[in-house]
Amino acid sequence: MSDTVFAPLPDSPFAEPSSNGDREGPSSVTTAGVGKSRLRPSDAVRVGSVGLRTRPLRTLLTALGIAIGIAAMIAVVGISASSRADLLAQIDDLGTGLLRAAPGHSMFGDESTLPEKARATAGRVGPVTEAAGLTYTPATVRRSDYIDSGETGGIAVIAADRNLLEATRTKLASGRYLDTTSPDVPNVVLGSDAARRLGITSIANHPQVWIADDEGLGQWFDVIGILESSPLAPELDSAAIMGYGVADALYETTTSPSTLFVRADPSQIEAVRAVLARSVNPEAPNEVDVSRPSDALEARAKTDAALRNLLLGLGAVALLVGGVGITNVMVISVLERRGEIGVRRALGAGRRHILTQFLAEAGLLSFLGGTAGCALGAAVTAIYAHQRGWVLDVPIAALAGGAGVALAVGLLAGVSPAIRAARLDPAEAIRPA
Amino acid sequence: MMPVLELHGVVKEYPGAPPIRALAGVDLTVNSGEFVVVVGPSGSGKSTLMNIVGALQRPTEGTVRIDGMATSSLRDGRLSAVRGRRIGFVFQQFHLIEGMTALENVSDGLLYAGVKRRHRAERAKEALTMVGLGDRITHRPGALSGGERQRVAIARALIADPAIVLADEPTGNLDSVNGAAIMTLLRDLNSAGRTVVLITHDRDIASAAPRQVAMRDGLIVDDSKGVAA
Repeated sequence: MSDTVFAPLPDSPFAEPSSNGDREGPSSVTTAGVGKSRLRPSDAVRVGSVGLRTRPLRTLLTALGIAIGIAAMIAVVGISASSRADLLAQIDDLGTGLLRAAPGHSMFGDESTLPEKARATAGRVGPVTEAAGLTYTPATVRRSDYIDSGETGGIAVIAADRNLLEATRTKLASGRYLDTTSPDVPNVVLGSDAARRLGITSIANHPQVWIADDEGLGQWFDVIGILESSPLAPELDSAAIMGYGVADALYETTTSPSTLFVRADPSQIEAVRAVLARSVNPEAPNEVDVSRPSDALEARAKTDAALRNLLLGLGAVALLVGGVGITNVMVISVLERRGEIGVRRALGAGRRHILTQFLAEAGLLSFLGGTAGCALGAAVTAIYAHQRGWVLDVPIAALAGGAGVALAVGLLAGVSPAIRAARLDPAEAIRPA
Repeated sequence: MMPVLELHGVVKEYPGAPPIRALAGVDLTVNSGEFVVVVGPSGSGKSTLMNIVGALQRPTEGTVRIDGMATSSLRDGRLSAVRGRRIGFVFQQFHLIEGMTALENVSDGLLYAGVKRRHRAERAKEALTMVGLGDRITHRPGALSGGERQRVAIARALIADPAIVLADEPTGNLDSVNGAAIMTLLRDLNSAGRTVVLITHDRDIASAAPRQVAMRDGLIVDDSKGVAA
């Protein structure tokens, strides 16, 4: 090696040692008045990532702890939000304009009914567009006359108006509903649960059911239709529905409704609700129970909160465990990298730069896990929502919150190891172990 | 000649009962452009002297001036800056950071000076070329020989243009051929005007140096140049 190689070059590291700040530009190393050490934020992130890149497997496993915690929390929030979105969509579809009027605390088999004129008087209330009644009969339905009359399967036999499906927005799964030809012929439409309990899945083979009155006198009825589940009128699900004409002829069922469904403009619903009891039973309005079936769905959209909070708590525990894992790994990392800490101190790092480096490392590690957790949680939500046929709804705020919480957990977990690293005596750290 | 290093009555005690007195009153002045070898047996206080000269430790008593700056009154941030910009460290164990390339290791010599990354890389490349490792810039320490690693470490020590190159047993982990090459490199640096303080227990290395400072029991017992600066 010749001396000429080390001949002073302008602005080269081998230039004649300077005692003055004679370099130009903002990046120059000022030697006149040393000032303080500094570390650019972008460099802090890079320095913080070196340890992670050097030990990829350890990084992966440590980040996994955080990822699982965050994924659990995101999935809980996402699934709950998607479920809620689905319920709201359902409510939207079914409408909030349905009211249900029933006499007193009417139960299955209860004889009490509303006055016969009820549907007509309800229909006269301005915003009401549809009023449909149903009346319970004492009859029972069975698959055949060989089956004991006690085996009703909890299926109620009811007589109902022809506009019941429009009023309650119940859909037909197959076949047709009672129409103008049917009031006097023995036709019946089954609710979804009733059809299942009777073992009838389709009307293709013209199935028949045996319907008998309370004295055991019965006859065969043709099943002409099967309903889908009715969220707003769940009593239809476990009912066999016939026309009033047949019911009157066989069981002397009057047209006094056991339940009256009233559909009105949703914006006017509170006004209708206020006057409905009085209009359907002017003599005893306080004996009429008026409710709004969609309220139950809306309540369900809210009641998930308790369970969700519990699951969120479990996710938080997972996150805490992940945080402890980070602290553990960082403590080991600081012990292993005493030499690096010492040499960085010799290269001009102040205590706070060492602190920053290890905080950045812990934060990055956790943020990495958090980001992966967000992706995982969103994926789990997407799969679950897809299976349930729900609309996917992962709140952006939850994703941002998840990544932010992960970062915060990492920084918190890194505080103690980073302080240890910063407090290492540089002379001690640099000495060979 | 300007003094770049002045020690007056430096005492360093480590806590204990009784306290361990590693330096028992050292006076030493090194002028710009000198090549000084500090020699002595283990336990003589060489390492403590190196820690004090390198501003890694503060003396218990006495004053230390590095490139004209008194270090005793400096807080951590400024003392660290003195280390980073006035002292270029070369260690026996090289102390390169695994997981970073030679270029990144050398660049980190300017990391805490607030120099932009691009400029650091430019100067690191230049420095590596100067120590003869222009074709090794993307190698990681694990892929380099001992002699090459020490060259990388020297490049890192020089990148911030320090007033003093402080080498602690730089040939201790090298075979004689590589050791000699590193000594030649350090002498060449000195010929180009760089101040070099080398700490060793190797009498052969010491005897070849223009100035030898011999230590024993925390005191300077012989200075071939004489005490007067």
